[in-house]
Amino acid sequence: MFAQEFMRNALIAGTAVALTCGVCGWFVVLRGQVFAGDALSHVAIPGALAAAAAGIDERVGLFVATVAVGAGIGLLGAGAVTGRAGRAAVSLPADDTAIGIIFTFILGLGVFFLTRYGMGPGASSGILASRTLFGSIFGLGAGEARLAAILALAVLAVLLAIARPLLFVSVSPDVAAARGVPARLLGVGFLALLGVVAAEATQAVGALLLLGLLAAPAAAAHRLARGPYLGMALAGALALAAMWGGLALAYTIPALPPSTAVIAIAVGIYYLASVVA
Amino acid sequence: MPAEAPAPYLSWNPVSDVSQILEYHFMVNAMLASGIVAVMAGLIGWMMVVRRQTFAGHTLAMMAFPGAAAAALLAVPAAWGYFAFCGGGALAIGRFAHGEQRSWRQESASIGAVQAAALAAGFLFVSLYGGVLGDLETLLFGSILGISDRQVLVLALLAVVVIALLAGMARPLLFSSVDPQVAGARGVPVGRIALAFLLLLGAAVAATSQVTGPLLVFALLVMPAATAQAITPRPALSLALTVLLALGVAWLGVGISYFSPYPASFFIATVAFTIYVLVRVPAAMTGRRVRGPSGHAGEPAPTGVIA
Repeated sequence: MFAQEFMRNALIAGTAVALTCGVCGWFVVLRGQVFAGDALSHVAIPGALAAAAAGIDERVGLFVATVAVGAGIGLLGAGAVTGRAGRAAVSLPADDTAIGIIFTFILGLGVFFLTRYGMGPGASSGILASRTLFGSIFGLGAGEARLAAILALAVLAVLLAIARPLLFVSVSPDVAAARGVPARLLGVGFLALLGVVAAEATQAVGALLLLGLLAAPAAAAHRLARGPYLGMALAGALALAAMWGGLALAYTIPALPPSTAVIAIAVGIYYLASVVA
Repeated sequence: MPAEAPAPYLSWNPVSDVSQILEYHFMVNAMLASGIVAVMAGLIGWMMVVRRQTFAGHTLAMMAFPGAAAAALLAVPAAWGYFAFCGGGALAIGRFAHGEQRSWRQESASIGAVQAAALAAGFLFVSLYGGVLGDLETLLFGSILGISDRQVLVLALLAVVVIALLAGMARPLLFSSVDPQVAGARGVPVGRIALAFLLLLGAAVAATSQVTGPLLVFALLVMPAATAQAITPRPALSLALTVLLALGVAWLGVGISYFSPYPASFFIATVAFTIYVLVRVPAAMTGRRVRGPSGHAGEPAPTGVIA
């Protein structure tokens, strides 16, 4: 299995994406922002299409779109969460309606770019959209895998650096704000970081894998582990287990797409955790 | 656009524009279908925004993908797959997310897990099917121009059933949305009502995605409702306004798309978003406290904490 180059690349990129998604996902679930992560992965499609329509590298469009929308949702959401804190502490989700409106508008633009790009020479927008949605982890080159690994390390480093204040702000926004922690800045920064993760994961493994790895292992970790750092580590480990197990399974059964195998294991873990705990 | 049609031209005379559109049977069907869907989506969407179930609605919309893929695999009409998977998805979300007293953190995570599982299943179906799914763009972004008389009839019947059921449970549903604890204490079956609403939402989403495509259902499901709730806090008025807005947005979008090479769903989303922004921005500029898009009245913000 390790003799194949495509498999080695898939393992490198998959490990990087799984670790980042697992640890980021722990915060995403803590902050109730799974929908925001989902929206970011959808926004990647119009981003890539717009770049393709403009004739520039699609990755540029991908990163610009997800980071900009991440920061935008953060700006809206930070106000919403803190504004409500007086009444209901953190029992209400970040503003899902605003997220739905933003990403629907941007996907509407995606339709426009899809048509526009589809009219040009060498039209292959359907393939591009499909690749952005579902990715092709077995089709990565060595350079792409290395890039994924470097980005993952950078994201994890930033996340660990802001872990303490972010945790404080997520758990008790009022107290954190009173102590002078920049809650709004952290919220926006975290979502921008999530935008980077979304762009990288979408490009390497597809929006589908991103959502599954963000939500399922982290939700399982929240059920199983009490302490925050233990939870983060467990979320990363579970995501990694799902990724490796899924890749091995897909390698053994050729009819099984790798994304499906990885998500099936991740959701299976979540189901078991929700039964046990 | 069919080949036999003379080149459409947009004039400043709206009457001639509309009569041009309605000259063709396929456009009449498109207008009928989008009108029916808009009314249903407006009503259900209003309730969805009040109940803050936008993510659940989006997840149900994504069920269209495994639905269509499974239908292709089994060689049955795609709409069957849509409705079957939307119903199944509604049950799964109800079971996972509302089964017991869970925090919204767990709820959003479990909805995400349901969506990922469904998409993964859809991806499996596509690869088992072995081919490229007819047209991914149509699957994702909808196509309104090929709707038959029979489909219009089915949509109309579905809309009547969904709206009747919604009207039947409107009072307990609203009660349990606004204050689930008190409603439960008064003997309202909160859990069963939530599940019933999710099923209705699934049906409405499946119908809407025939017009806008699954990715853009919110253009009719969320945007008109959020706009109307930002305009007025009175439930009955904002409900009526939602339906009018949805209808206007849908017809305007489909109408404009007749004169342009771009798909109707793009115009529906853009028109709906423009109206939303036009309503929200002046309110935000003047600093007037309006009801947020979530349907919750904004409290006075603690100054200094947020801008």
